[in-house]
Amino acid sequence: MDAIGPSAGVGLKPAHFDQALAWPADGLWFEVHPENYMVAGGPRLSWLEAIRERHPVSLHGVAASLAADADPDPQHLRRLAELVRRLEPVRVSEHLAWSSRGGMHFPDLLPFPRTRQALDRMAANVGRLQDALRCRVSIENPSHYLRIDGHDYDEVGFLTELAARTGCGLLLDVNNVFVSARNLNVPATDALDAFPASLVTQIHLAGHAPDQGLGTSLLIDSHDQPVAEPVWALFERVIARIGPRPTLIERDDNLPGFDVLLAERARADAVLSGRHHQPACGSVRLDLAA
Amino acid sequence: MRLDAFQAAFAAALFQPPGADAAVSGATVSGATGVSLAALFAQPGFAVYRNTVVKGCIDALQANYPAVARLVGDEWFRAAAAIYVRERPPREPMLLAYGDGFADWLDRFEPAAGLPYLSAVARIDRFWTEAHGAADEAPVAAQAVAGTSPEQLPGARLRPHASARWAWFGNVPALSIWTANRTAPGDPRSADLADRGDGADEADGADGASPPPAPLEWRGEGALVVRSGQRVEAVALGRADVAFLDACAAGGTLADAVESALHADRAADFSDLMRRLLVAGAFGGLRVPDAPDAPDAPDDRPDKEHRP
Repeated sequence: MDAIGPSAGVGLKPAHFDQALAWPADGLWFEVHPENYMVAGGPRLSWLEAIRERHPVSLHGVAASLAADADPDPQHLRRLAELVRRLEPVRVSEHLAWSSRGGMHFPDLLPFPRTRQALDRMAANVGRLQDALRCRVSIENPSHYLRIDGHDYDEVGFLTELAARTGCGLLLDVNNVFVSARNLNVPATDALDAFPASLVTQIHLAGHAPDQGLGTSLLIDSHDQPVAEPVWALFERVIARIGPRPTLIERDDNLPGFDVLLAERARADAVLSGRHHQPACGSVRLDLAA
Repeated sequence: MRLDAFQAAFAAALFQPPGADAAVSGATVSGATGVSLAALFAQPGFAVYRNTVVKGCIDALQANYPAVARLVGDEWFRAAAAIYVRERPPREPMLLAYGDGFADWLDRFEPAAGLPYLSAVARIDRFWTEAHGAADEAPVAAQAVAGTSPEQLPGARLRPHASARWAWFGNVPALSIWTANRTAPGDPRSADLADRGDGADEADGADGASPPPAPLEWRGEGALVVRSGQRVEAVALGRADVAFLDACAAGGTLADAVESALHADRAADFSDLMRRLLVAGAFGGLRVPDAPDAPDAPDDRPDKEHRP
């Protein structure tokens, strides 16, 4: 996991495949949604494997539905395990959310009351996932749009307890912290400052957009814009507190040129390397390796 | 409140038309659990989840059926897809494969009744999706068949390639219409590397409805969609070709397949048929009766091994 060091990567889209493949192995890493590569064969898998030959790849699952009140779909776990075996990703992550029920799948990260019962269930499911993949998984805080009654834990408290029970890491999505805080009308720094440094394995940065009907009182985690300035500020704040972590520029829609994403990645890298005056060990090792 | 009860109500509300939630699911849930979720679903933020879920499914369907979308236009397609999504939500976590059964659904979709070619085009779009993600497999080379002795040939069996999908469309020139409406047929990247998880790459050019191209002879057509290396190809088939492939897929010998082909078309030319199918890479395995260990004869159905 440390092989790539705390450098910044970008989400990989097929439109950028040629440029991604041609980019020098200078610490750039890529992240993909494994669900988009769950095929038996063909060009999708082969080009991801070609990328993997040159760059580290992390897998960011969106469909394991770990917070569902049901066991994870064994077929999905098998497919995920097969991809992990083929790609040997540097990191694997999933979400604090559910997305399936009764055989139906909903392409979103759905919320739930963070009760003790939900924690028991999710801890069991994260354990099953890690057992199936034979690796540590990190769990991401999603964006929130609803005020839900009946929570026994705040989000970071729930995640921290989940990590204590399962050994999982945490993927801190700074944009989701910002969006959720705005939508729920609480200070973003409350959650940001509470993430235990020792558990955070990776950071996500993405853009958001105001809701078309309600404007800025409801922000959407749209991944279709550059990372917003207040999110950069929160990113600098958390890096100053916990030190550098592998950081991903996520962009899923309204896709700009590869160079635009790399410019955002360079900004994140500058924040990561500016934290320490001494050289970041992981980066040095990687440069030598490359 | 119990997790399962919460998720049951939430899931049900996701696919209800906006406005129905407070009246329907809120009441249902309060009856079941003693806690009303009506207020939850009435929050503006609930629409974000509903919109994301429904839009995600519609985008995926459009990405998987680009020729259909181009034929009917974005607006018609997305309106039809919204109905399909509510009737047939995804059953698998990969949207890459979403929409199995869309062609059958279109057959019964009343507003599509005036577009008799639409479901056939949808079937070929589906063939493309399945071929694109099928297992990698070296096709049977023409030499392997040519090298089989005349005595062994009638009892040999050809297994269709793992990526091969084919059908005969009796009433419509399905492949011609599909080819004309699948964007940039000469551009391998648009065909092979479009980001199908994201939605609209391939359908981006389809802002308005496009009629079938003018010089079109209205007659039945067969289609074979098969991946050759990393490239998905669509090949025109005659009735005899389709019958031949059907017989091979059913495990029949070459003698059986030739008989089927001749039954479909008395004028079928066996050597021409074989040549075209082999050039297209239509087969993934050749099994010759007396040579079970031949290197070009991988086989996954040993139980059907022919023992003369």
